[in-house]
Amino acid sequence: MVTKAYAYNSPTKRSLWIREIKKSRHYYALMAPYAILFLTFTVLPVIMSLGISFTYFNLLEPPRYIGLDNYIKLLLDDDVFIIALRNTLILAVVTGPVSYLLAFVFAWLINELRPKMRAFMTLIFYAPSISGNAFLIWLLIFSGDIHGYANAILIRFGFMTSPILWLRNPDYMMMVIIIVQLWLSLGVSFLAFIAGLQSVDKTLFEAGAIDGIRNRWQELWFITLPSMKPQLLFGAVMQITTSLAIAEVSMQLVGFPSVQYAGHTIVTHLIDYGSTRFDLGYASAIATLLFVLMISTNLLVRKVLRKVGD
Amino acid sequence: MTDAKRLPKILSFKRTRKLNRSLSGDIALFSVLVLFGLFSAFPLVMTATNAFKSLDELFLFPPRIFPRNITFDNFRDLSELVGNSWITFSRYFFNTLLITILGTVGHVLIASMCAYPLAKFKFPGRSIFFTFVVYSLMFAPQVTATPNYIIIARIGLIDSPFAIILPAIASSLGLYLMKQFMQQIPDELIQSAKIDGASEYRIFFQIVMPLVKPAWLTLIILLFQRLWTTDGGSFIFSEELKPVSYALRQIAAGSIERAGTIAAVSFIMMVVPVTFFIISQSRIVETFSHSGMK
Repeated sequence: MVTKAYAYNSPTKRSLWIREIKKSRHYYALMAPYAILFLTFTVLPVIMSLGISFTYFNLLEPPRYIGLDNYIKLLLDDDVFIIALRNTLILAVVTGPVSYLLAFVFAWLINELRPKMRAFMTLIFYAPSISGNAFLIWLLIFSGDIHGYANAILIRFGFMTSPILWLRNPDYMMMVIIIVQLWLSLGVSFLAFIAGLQSVDKTLFEAGAIDGIRNRWQELWFITLPSMKPQLLFGAVMQITTSLAIAEVSMQLVGFPSVQYAGHTIVTHLIDYGSTRFDLGYASAIATLLFVLMISTNLLVRKVLRKVGD
Repeated sequence: MTDAKRLPKILSFKRTRKLNRSLSGDIALFSVLVLFGLFSAFPLVMTATNAFKSLDELFLFPPRIFPRNITFDNFRDLSELVGNSWITFSRYFFNTLLITILGTVGHVLIASMCAYPLAKFKFPGRSIFFTFVVYSLMFAPQVTATPNYIIIARIGLIDSPFAIILPAIASSLGLYLMKQFMQQIPDELIQSAKIDGASEYRIFFQIVMPLVKPAWLTLIILLFQRLWTTDGGSFIFSEELKPVSYALRQIAAGSIERAGTIAAVSFIMMVVPVTFFIISQSRIVETFSHSGMK
């Protein structure tokens, strides 16, 4: 202990450190523009959000410290937030794992195709996520009158006699959001899986066959999955973050606010208080809770996924 | 292998089956793939073809995938609707173009400059900075929306395209992917350039940047889709600074009668990023093979 403390304070160590920093000045210079923007628009806002969440703040008057009031109101006194929290968790628990699984399964199947076909299928699955607001076509598919495609098909084939108001009836809203979100969700993680599968060492499969691997499922479990672990971890981060932040689809399809808040999520609640009501203290409390929820889910899932194949 | 042998010649004429792949499994799994492929493609195909349908054909049942009478009415209606606004459509379009180009170019350049030292050198502060970047991937940008508004207002960027551009440049996914991709550049290349007397900056611009072109494309498409569809949010008030997506959204905000116009709008917004992806797909996928996390 003594020697350690001594070493830390010794002038030689410190001057070495300073010399190290001086030597790296070109690196700092290269990093500076990004670092400044990153600190301003990502790190600082997280800290500010935490700070503002303990205040009452409406942008016009200076913020007033109110302790934990926002959090107490949020958790004990805001029924709409509880609905939003429930909806967010349902959406995340359904769309998160399902889209993660689909992204992997499709990538895995596509990987067996010949290059031209592979490129085509990749495009088919990836395109929805980069098509801007093309998801508005679902407004037409789930339109509440008999012209909506879903209603028309179900009535034509005799499953029902009168049209369903898919986007206005609280019983169906979540289902619609889930379907559209899944359609949109084969994004970055899907590409990561496609790329990861292509870079798995091909000789491993031959070696595996000699060692007694008999079918594609064993091959998947014993060879492919373990060699793709880094991409699997990256994909999980992307998928968790998106699935907990669902808002755009809900607002555009079922409205904002939706009937009986049936499509309300934490993010739409945040937008409601931040941009409509200008209660920034309360909005920050929502944001801080969401931040904690996202980070902790990510760390937890990472811990689990790291064990795959160990 | 055995399956292929037992089957009549016609079914197995193509080639011998791959290692550990049964024909029945192939058929089952690829049917699933085709089924979901149709599910994925159907809305996009409908969006594209609806843009060229007349209203009565739009609501026909069973819906025709390909219109019988191709019409440009929807685009005409669209241009009429935007023609009625006091800002010309080209002005909205110019605003979007400005935001998209400045944002993507700035992001590729600035994120790469930052990624290079992170990927290739050890220096004080490196690992803590990168840890911050990885953590920032774990929460959605909506979390920081409120304080971001305050910061942008403080800097005086409200009602300026830079209110959209600057935060986009700082997007951390691009930096992360660029850094991971740069890690595979051989150290010897950089070392030998150093021995030849090239400065760090010269090495970065003349050796490293040309080598990471695939990653540029990836950063471009990721940021492109974000900026291309931005509607200016609460940051841009002046009508003459609003981006095209805002104008289109106003138009599309009608009910079902506007379905044709919505389709025309969606079609325009969709074609650009999708075309870009088709052209650069193989290099984008290449970038992602280095995306892995530990």
